Amino acid sequence: MSVFPYLVAVWVFLVGCYGLVTSRNLIHAVGCLAVCQSSTYVLLLAVGYRDGATAPVFSDLKPGSRPVVDPVVQALALTDVVVGATVTAVLLALVLQISKLHGTVDPDELSELRG
Amino acid sequence: MTRRTRLFVAALGGTGLAVLLVAACFCLPRFGGAQHPYGDRVVRASLARHTANTIASVNFDQRAFDTLGEMSILFASVLGTVVLLRQTRDEHRAAPEPEQVAVPVRRFALLVLPVAVVTGLYVIAHGQLSPGGGFQGGVVLATALHLLYLGVDYRALERIRPVGFYEIADALAASAYLVLGLAGLVAGTAFLANFLPYGTFNTLSSGGTVPLLNAAIGMEVACAVVVLLARFLDQAVEIEKGGEK
Repeated sequence: MSVFPYLVAVWVFLVGCYGLVTSRNLIHAVGCLAVCQSSTYVLLLAVGYRDGATAPVFSDLKPGSRPVVDPVVQALALTDVVVGATVTAVLLALVLQISKLHGTVDPDELSELRG
Repeated sequence: MTRRTRLFVAALGGTGLAVLLVAACFCLPRFGGAQHPYGDRVVRASLARHTANTIASVNFDQRAFDTLGEMSILFASVLGTVVLLRQTRDEHRAAPEPEQVAVPVRRFALLVLPVAVVTGLYVIAHGQLSPGGGFQGGVVLATALHLLYLGVDYRALERIRPVGFYEIADALAASAYLVLGLAGLVAGTAFLANFLPYGTFNTLSSGGTVPLLNAAIGMEVACAVVVLLARFLDQAVEIEKGGEK
């Protein structure tokens, strides 16, 4: 039972990969990449969890009165979210230009080279 | 490669990857275990530096150099999007027409707009005390402005959102972060070190440089999101196919 959260992360990652492989639409593929990335949030937060612990914020919590979850992985998850959002933005901009240049967003129809 | 073979190869690789990942999961430390050596040290350091929100202390004090990299990624991606979504030679700009918005939508958007702006500023300002901070508050602030697009129309949004101004502010905020880092050098400590007095625990001015770096990031993220959304909205609303008019 104690590995279940890790397995959820693996499952989310593999679902995202499946979507990427079978994708017929680049916008859908960008979404699948975001799903892959969200598996890393699950993994990070699962690694940092501690039984019976609360958020590592001491504005309304006496230090030492309760265990807190690992703040290092929470900060990493924040970095992860920011990087994920920026990557999605750039990829969507690329998809927009591809659709303008080629008139399609199906990756299978983008095989021919064009000067 | 045909679709069939591609699926077959993906299934083969996916199965192998799944087996390896599941095997790795069983070697990880137990979920919910009490052993978090880095977490304990970070909490101790954060309390010693009078920062109530440990995550803000990690991001803007103990790991401030990494946040500089993170901010650069954000900055670079905004730059990339601006370059990718520029107006090309075979396109022209069409002035957007004023649109009628349903009255309940308009009322609700205008009601929520100031609340959302204040919430964004609050989340940025209290980054070192309560959950939130520059990244989260910046996004709230930037999206709050776009309620004007939903509630009124695109022209109203453009009036309060001169993109050039936000581009400059984005660059200024990014350099403010660097300058705060260099100020550490001038003060005789290290780059991005927390050199200011730590202040009283759990007050707005606590945490030394944390609130300042937090504010710089808040401004950077807010401006970056505004510029990003502006570029995408331009494509959707203003830029049309066809040569110069």
